[in-house]
Amino acid sequence: MTTTIIKTTTRILAPLILVFGAYIILHGHLTPGGGFQGGAVFASGLALLIVACEDRVVKRRFEKVPLSPLESIGALGFLGMALLGLMGYTFFKNVIANSGFIFGGRTPIGINPGFLNTGGTLAYMNIFVGMKVLAGLTSIVLIFFLLLGGKKDEW
Amino acid sequence: MNFGELFWALQVLIGLGLLISAIAAVRFKNLVSAVIAMAVFSLILSLEFYVLQAPDVAIAEAGVGACLTTAMYLLAIKNTADEEVIG
Repeated sequence: MTTTIIKTTTRILAPLILVFGAYIILHGHLTPGGGFQGGAVFASGLALLIVACEDRVVKRRFEKVPLSPLESIGALGFLGMALLGLMGYTFFKNVIANSGFIFGGRTPIGINPGFLNTGGTLAYMNIFVGMKVLAGLTSIVLIFFLLLGGKKDEW
Repeated sequence: MNFGELFWALQVLIGLGLLISAIAAVRFKNLVSAVIAMAVFSLILSLEFYVLQAPDVAIAEAGVGACLTTAMYLLAIKNTADEEVIG
């Protein structure tokens, strides 16, 4: 599990997988995929970092990562963005679209390739859902590794 | 070769690949090989979703089915024997 081949492959592949997951999350309102898919891809990159290394390296690497606060922030942020629509409108009303805020640019009419600075609340919700999904899936794999896998280091 | 024939041939190839990888996942005696065969099954299934114009489901299948499930199966096999015990 911790041979040199796997370590070198992980060192090359993991940044690419993480960048692709972040791309899917951030472009969730333009391209296929959204918060859940991007979070799953991001978590599979982190799972590669977990599976391909030794026990103490994983412990040192994931000691400072706040997975539980990230998951709580994801759920509460999603609910907060939904409650933001209650400012004179209804629940889940997209109040940021066309307002000039970040992700709130004016959406052009007609056929266009899609612009990142549009979408309003949708982009924020994709980011929060992606945060929650990646924290949850990564913590599942991390607990599998740390609680059950500390005994045997050799295959 | 028009588009219809290409689509038909691709469907047949994907079906055969799914069948072969599923049978391999059942028949392998080494459990790590069986898990890798299941990952290949999941990857071919995500290709099928992409051909059927559901790229959303294809990304979810490739991320969850081919990566995370494989990692969890490997971590579970690491704590037990990696050879199938019969009887």
